[in-house]
Amino acid sequence: MNALLHGRLTGLLALAAVIAVLPAFLPNNFYLDIAILAGFNAVVCVGLNLLIGYAGQISLGHAGFFGIGAYASGVLVGVYGWPPALALLAGAVFVGLLAFLVAKPILRLKGHYLAMATLGIGIIVSIVLRTESGLTGGPDGMMVEPFKIFGVELYGEKVWYWVVGVLLVGVVWLSLNLIDSPMGRALRAVHGSEVASEVVGVDTARFKVLVFVLSAVFASVAGSLFAHYAGLITPAKADFFKSIELVTMVVFGGMASTFGAVVGAVVLTLLPQALTVFQDYQQIVLGGILMATMVFMPKGLLPTLAALLPARRRA
Amino acid sequence: MFAELLQYLLSGLTIGAIYALAGLGFSIIYNASHVINFAQGEFIMIGGMASATLTASGVPLPLAIMIGCGGAMLVGVLVAKFAVERARNASTVTLIIITIGASIFLRGIAELVWGKDFKRLDAFSGETPIQILGASMQPQSLWVVGTAGVLIVAIGLFFARTLTGKAILATSHNRLAAQLVGIDVKRVVLASFALSAALGAIGGAVVAPITFSYTEMGIMLGLKGFTAAVLGGLGHGPGAVAGGLIVGIAEALGAGYISSAYKDAVAFVIILAVLLFMPNGLFGKRGTERV
Repeated sequence: MNALLHGRLTGLLALAAVIAVLPAFLPNNFYLDIAILAGFNAVVCVGLNLLIGYAGQISLGHAGFFGIGAYASGVLVGVYGWPPALALLAGAVFVGLLAFLVAKPILRLKGHYLAMATLGIGIIVSIVLRTESGLTGGPDGMMVEPFKIFGVELYGEKVWYWVVGVLLVGVVWLSLNLIDSPMGRALRAVHGSEVASEVVGVDTARFKVLVFVLSAVFASVAGSLFAHYAGLITPAKADFFKSIELVTMVVFGGMASTFGAVVGAVVLTLLPQALTVFQDYQQIVLGGILMATMVFMPKGLLPTLAALLPARRRA
Repeated sequence: MFAELLQYLLSGLTIGAIYALAGLGFSIIYNASHVINFAQGEFIMIGGMASATLTASGVPLPLAIMIGCGGAMLVGVLVAKFAVERARNASTVTLIIITIGASIFLRGIAELVWGKDFKRLDAFSGETPIQILGASMQPQSLWVVGTAGVLIVAIGLFFARTLTGKAILATSHNRLAAQLVGIDVKRVVLASFALSAALGAIGGAVVAPITFSYTEMGIMLGLKGFTAAVLGGLGHGPGAVAGGLIVGIAEALGAGYISSAYKDAVAFVIILAVLLFMPNGLFGKRGTERV
């Protein structure tokens, strides 16, 4: 137990250290911007990883939750004049409730039904965002006001880098605690064999619902903050492809590995930047990565690499 | 009033026939391998794109459709052999991710081969609308509904009368037992992918004159085929066909009477409602799971 705790803290400290020293190596705001985007993706992926890696469920609509958060902030602040923090909270509560209402009946079923339901929610959300142009600006998107709290305005890449950094460390810390809690062990049992864990008295459906709600709320909060950071949001941020991209990040980095999810998010955020040179191949590369990861290293990048290091148990 | 309703029903039936074919494709593969094949829509796209581009370069239409169909079958077998089969014992989540990867990959290849433009395929027998009780129907719609009908009946006979069809059914009921009585279950999986690909590609070719062909045409058609299959109870063939027709008609009615902007949302609203209230679909059996 002590060793486990130790391993957990080491990883968290390592992540915090990387985040702390990284800006020194980033020559300008362009790179800082990419780091911030990677950070937002990582926050969503850490939550999604709890669902995919620990509850053995897949969401094909997480970008929809991200989009609801983003547009809740955009619309409530911009159109109705709410304070940004309250709008963020409202978005998160709404997403949490939505996730709860949908998941409660559906997660009693196995495997693909949650995939279907989340796929549906994601597509409906992106259609609503495209269509209700009076509020959302339609396909062109909408401008979002900067985030203000206690009279302080968060502005510029340098400030947002630290906001996202702290958020990411917080989310990772929360996930690691969750995984090591009795509930986390129950979740791993759920992934192993659902029927078996039910037989030994684990209320599998309840845990799965909780994880799903939590991961949806992470996505919503990330969406809200992203909206304020970027200043412009479009329905593309909420569509099916974005959802698939998020799933790709999680499985590439490593299912059931919190740091894997972070690594996956960072690598796949950087990749399109590197790939713009040959943009025509972007889909082939993305699809190829998805298939190849699942076929050749089904555990994902980080756990596979960790297994190559002898005498070190993965955290 | 009545003519309007009839008009919506006819267009719903047309698109519903394509959803039914796609849904049937999902069900066949699901039965043989418990894989949800998200690349089903790409089979439709291959059929549509191949027949549109080949006829444009002078290949006769029937030959173009056959080439498209053969190409899609080959792609289906390759996906089954090199991606799905290698991850044989993987979880549902892993298999879903593999087929999603395959669909994105195939779209990327298609864009490289055919470009991003919309391709036009002439209607098979002219464009003079047929008048039925005040509603008008494109002759191509008859081609779509007729072809789908023939294919669905053929699939039914295939499963009921042929040895290969029965082998696929046996595998879907109990893989191990099927293996024990000498059925080559690996070949069954390959055959099911080839069969679904053929269904998709032919569907894509007949619907192409109505929808145009483009590399992303398979996304929505495929996803709605999936909702059709889930609606009818995943793995239940006739259910998938009924599901496809229901989705198609509901969509046309929704577009006509409620809002055309929300046309694409209709299928997903239905599926959410069904999942919340009757999770095994309209015709599916209650499932149990072994430890």
